[in-house]
Amino acid sequence: MMGRTIFIDPGRCIGCQACVSACRECDSHRGKSMIHLDYTEPGMSVASLPTVCMHCEDPVAPCAEVCPADAILVTADGVVQQADTTRCIGCSNCVNACPFGVPKIDLQAKLQLKCNLCYDRTAYGLAPMCATVCPTGALFYGTLEELQAERPGVQVADSFVFGDVVVSTGVAMVVPAEKVQWPVPGGLPVVEINGVDVR
Amino acid sequence: MTATEPARGASGPGPVPVSLDPSIAPPGTRNFRDAGGIPADRWHADQNGETLVPTHCCFCGVQCGMYLRVDKGGKVFGVEPRNHDINRMRLCPKGINAYQQVNHPDRLTAPLMRRSRDEEFREASWDEALDFTVSEIRRIQDRYGKDAFGLLGGASLFSEKTYLVGKFARVALQTKHVDYNGRLCMVSAAGANKLAFGIDRAGNPFSDILLSDCLLIAGSNVGECFPVMTQYLWGARDRGASLIVIDPRETAIARTADIHVALKPGTDAAFFNAVLHVVVAEGLADEAYLAAHATGWDEVKETVAGYPPARAAEICGVPAGQIVQVARVFAGADRAMAWHARGIEHHSQGVENCLTVINLCVATGHIGKPGAGYGTITGQGNGQGGREHGQKSDLLPGGRSITNPEHRRQICEIWGIEESELPGAGTSMMEMVWQMQRGEIRGLIGICNNPFVSLPNYAVVKEGYDTAEFHAQFDFFLSETAANAHVVFPVTTWAEDEGVMANAEARVVKHNKAQEPPAGVRTDTWVMCELARRLGAGRHFDFPGSREVFEELRIASAGTVNDYYGITYDRLEETGGIAWPCPATDHPGTPRLFEDGRTYHPDGKIHLQVVEWHPPMDPYTEEYPLSLTTGRTVAHFLSGNQTRRLGALVEQTPRPWVEVHPSHGFRNGDPVRVVTRRGSEVFPALVTEAIRPDTVFIPYHWPVPTAANALTIDALDPRSKIPEYKVCAARIEAAERIDEVPEPPTAPGHRAYPETQVSRTDPLPPTAPQGRGTAERS
Ligand code: SF4
Ligand code: SF4
Repeated sequence: MMGRTIFIDPGRCIGCQACVSACRECDSHRGKSMIHLDYTEPGMSVASLPTVCMHCEDPVAPCAEVCPADAILVTADGVVQQADTTRCIGCSNCVNACPFGVPKIDLQAKLQLKCNLCYDRTAYGLAPMCATVCPTGALFYGTLEELQAERPGVQVADSFVFGDVVVSTGVAMVVPAEKVQWPVPGGLPVVEINGVDVR
Repeated sequence: MTATEPARGASGPGPVPVSLDPSIAPPGTRNFRDAGGIPADRWHADQNGETLVPTHCCFCGVQCGMYLRVDKGGKVFGVEPRNHDINRMRLCPKGINAYQQVNHPDRLTAPLMRRSRDEEFREASWDEALDFTVSEIRRIQDRYGKDAFGLLGGASLFSEKTYLVGKFARVALQTKHVDYNGRLCMVSAAGANKLAFGIDRAGNPFSDILLSDCLLIAGSNVGECFPVMTQYLWGARDRGASLIVIDPRETAIARTADIHVALKPGTDAAFFNAVLHVVVAEGLADEAYLAAHATGWDEVKETVAGYPPARAAEICGVPAGQIVQVARVFAGADRAMAWHARGIEHHSQGVENCLTVINLCVATGHIGKPGAGYGTITGQGNGQGGREHGQKSDLLPGGRSITNPEHRRQICEIWGIEESELPGAGTSMMEMVWQMQRGEIRGLIGICNNPFVSLPNYAVVKEGYDTAEFHAQFDFFLSETAANAHVVFPVTTWAEDEGVMANAEARVVKHNKAQEPPAGVRTDTWVMCELARRLGAGRHFDFPGSREVFEELRIASAGTVNDYYGITYDRLEETGGIAWPCPATDHPGTPRLFEDGRTYHPDGKIHLQVVEWHPPMDPYTEEYPLSLTTGRTVAHFLSGNQTRRLGALVEQTPRPWVEVHPSHGFRNGDPVRVVTRRGSEVFPALVTEAIRPDTVFIPYHWPVPTAANALTIDALDPRSKIPEYKVCAARIEAAERIDEVPEPPTAPGHRAYPETQVSRTDPLPPTAPQGRGTAERS
C-alpha cells in the first residue's frame, strides 16, 4: 500500500479554497493553482470536494501513457510529474486520458499543467502546500498509519472503477468505513447509488 | 508607482509570467495579478538568500502562526506555513495571501491632505499634514470644548497601539470621546463574561476543544470566519464528540453537525432559555456545582420555567423536539463546551444572548474543566486584546473602569497627570457618529477602521462624517472612510512593526517586524507620539517604538484582572504565546479559567443573570416580512479594505450576493432588490436550500451600493452598545439590473492598470463563491 501521500476527505472540506491559494504560492506551480474545487450538490448543500492529481499506479499514469512526446515522467516513488516544458507539445492527449480530469492546458503557453505533489517540497520531506495549510485536514499528507493514528477507525480507498477498468492510485480517499476495500465507481468513492449497492 | 510605469504583473524583462488565461477566468473576476496579486518578481526573488521571519496572521482572532519570506533585499515576498501551537501549519486563504498587501501598489506612501472635502487630495509633507491636523484639533477644541474632538481606534492594531490610542485621547486630546471598532465585534460577549465571571475573556484554550465530548457552536460560520478552528472541531469529532450548530443557514460546519438548529434570526435567547428549561425539567442540572459556585440560580430557574420548548419552538421557528435533543446531548455529555460569535452577539440583546449560553454551561456544570467551558470566536486579530488596555470608551488600561475613583487614581499616577485632568466615560462608536450628525463632535481622528463599510445604516454614517468639520484617518490603503477625510496618514502594515495581539483564547502572541516600511510611511506609534508632542503633551509620549510602549502597558496592567505584568517580549518569543492573567515573569499564564471554582468577582462566585427574550428592534410587517441577516465570506476580512485589493481573494469572491430560499421563485443570478427601512440595493440571487425561507443573507464586506450595511439597522444593545447587524426586517423583489461593485479607492497616481480590469458586474462566478450551494433550476 501507499507510503507518504495525500489523503482526501471530502466530508471535512469547508470549501475555503485555502488549498487553491496555497497551491498558487508553491514554487513548483508559480502562480497557477493545480487544485480544482468542486461543489457537489449545488443548491442543496454547501458540500465541496478538492481534486488533486491521484498519481495513478495501476495502470500507471494514463496521462503519461498516452503522451506522444514522452513529456510526463513518473518518478521512482510514484509521483507523476508535470509535463516537461521542453518536450510538451500542448496536444491535450493527457487531458483526455486522465480519468479524474486533472491535467489542464495553459492555452496561452500551450503547455500542460498538473499537480506534481509539490515535488520540490515532498522530495525534501515537506508536505505539499495544499495539505499543509488545509484548515480542516480534508487534505492530509502522511502515511496511512499517521492518518489512522489521528483519526481512529478511518477507512480509505485507493482503487476506483471506470466501466471495466479499475484504476488504483497513489493518492487515497477517505470513505465510509463499511464501503471500503472495493473499487469505487465513477472516480468517486461512492459504492451506493440511490440506496442500491452497486458493488 | 506612477501612471506611466508598466502594470504590476505585465510582462517585463525576464521569463514571461504565466498569466491567468482570460478565456478560462471566471466571468466577472479580474485577473488576479492585475488586481494586485502575487508580486510580479515573485519567482525571481533571490530565494537562496531568503530569511523566514516568524510572525502571525494579521487578520482574524485565531492568530495563526506564519513565516514571512523575506528576500536578500529585505523585502517580504511570500509566506510559508509555520508549525505554531495555535494552527499547526494551517492557514486560510486570507492568511496565505496576506503578505501581498505589504508591497502592494495601492499602499499609501505620503500623507494626503486637502482643506475641504470639495478639493482633491494632494500629497503633503509630514510636517504640513501634522501641523494642519494639530491646528484643526486646537481650533475645534478651543471653540467647542475638548470633548468636541473624538478618536476612533481599531482592534486590528497591536495592543501597544490600542493602549496609546486610549492614552492619546485622554492625555493629549483630553477628550472623553474615544472608542474603537471592536465595539462592532465581540463586546456583547465581553459584557456577558464580565457580568457572570468578572473577567472578560474566553474560559478555555482552543486545545480544550480536542478534549470535549460535545461542542455547541452558536451563531458562528466557523468554516468561513474562523477556518483554522475547524481542525480542532474535527479533532474532537475524531474522538467521537458530538457537534451542535445554531445558525439560520446551513453553513459548512452546520452541514456536518449532529444537530443543526436553523432558528430564526433574533430568537437566540428564547432558544437557550428553552434548552435550560428542559435541563431543569429533566433533572439534568448540576445542582451541587450551582449551590457551591453560583448565585442567582433560583431566579434563572424561575425565568426559564416560562420557556417550555413548545413556546420557544414557535418563537424560533424550529421543532420543539430539537430543543429537547440539544438539552439532552449538551447536558448529558461528560465535558461540553459552547463557542459563540457575532451571530448571537450582534443583537439589541447581544449581552443577554451570551448570558443565556453562560447560564446553560454553568447549570450543566460544564465550566472550568479541561474540555468544558465557553469561548468567544473573535472577529478581528486583536478583538480580545484591543479593548483590554483602554481604547474602549469606558475602560482604562488593565480593564480598569474609568468611573471607578480608585482605578482613575492608579492610572493618573502611572501617566503622571492630575486626576482632574482625566476625562470621564465617553460614548460608543455608533453613538459618536450620531453625535457627529448632531454637531456635538466636530472633529475626528480614525485609526485603522473603515466605518463607511462596517457601521450599520450607511446614510447616517455618511451624514455624520460629512457634518464633521475635520476628519483625519490613519491607514495603509485608502479606505472608503479615508477617502472622505481631510488628512490621511500613511502608516505601517503588521509586517513592518512589532507588537502583541491577544487571540480568541486570550493568548498573547508576538508579531515580528519582517521589513522596513516603504519610504514615507511611519508607524501609528510614531504618528500618535508626534501629534502629542505638537499638542504639547510630548513628555507623556516619549516612546521610540512598541517595546517601550509595551513596558508601560505591562506596568499599567499590573495587579488588575487583565494582568500582563509577567509577559515580556522575550518570554513571548520563547513560548509562542502566554495567556493572561500573568502576574509575574515566572508565572506560566492562565490558559484555562476557574479551575479552582473561583471567578474574578470579589465573592468568587459565578453571577447567573436572568434573561427574558424580546423581539428584535426592527418590527416585521406585511411590507417587511423577512429577516435580513449578514455575515462574512472566507475570502474577505471585515470592511474589505485590505482583502478587496488582493487578487486571489477578489477572484475567489468578487462581489456580494443575496442568499434566498428557492420558495421565493428566483433563479440563480437574478437581480434581486433587497429593501429595508433604511434603503434598498440590488444583488444577484444565490438560490439555495441552505437558508430559512423567511431569511435572506448578504455578506457585508463591500461599500455602497453593494453594502449590506446600507440596509442594516443602527439599533444598539443597551449594555454593550453593539449594533443589531444580524437581524432587521426586509422584503425582496425582482429588479432590472444588479448594482455594480465599486473599485476600492486609491491615492492619486496609484492604480496604473484600470484598463486591464474586467468589469465586475456579472452576476456570479460559475461556481458558487466559497462553497455556498446554488440552485440551478430552469
Ligand atoms: S483547504 Fe481544505 S477545506 Fe479548504 S477548500 Fe481546500 S480541501 Fe477544502
Ligand atoms: S484569517 Fe484567521 S484563520 Fe485565516 S490564516 Fe489568518 S488567523 Fe488564521
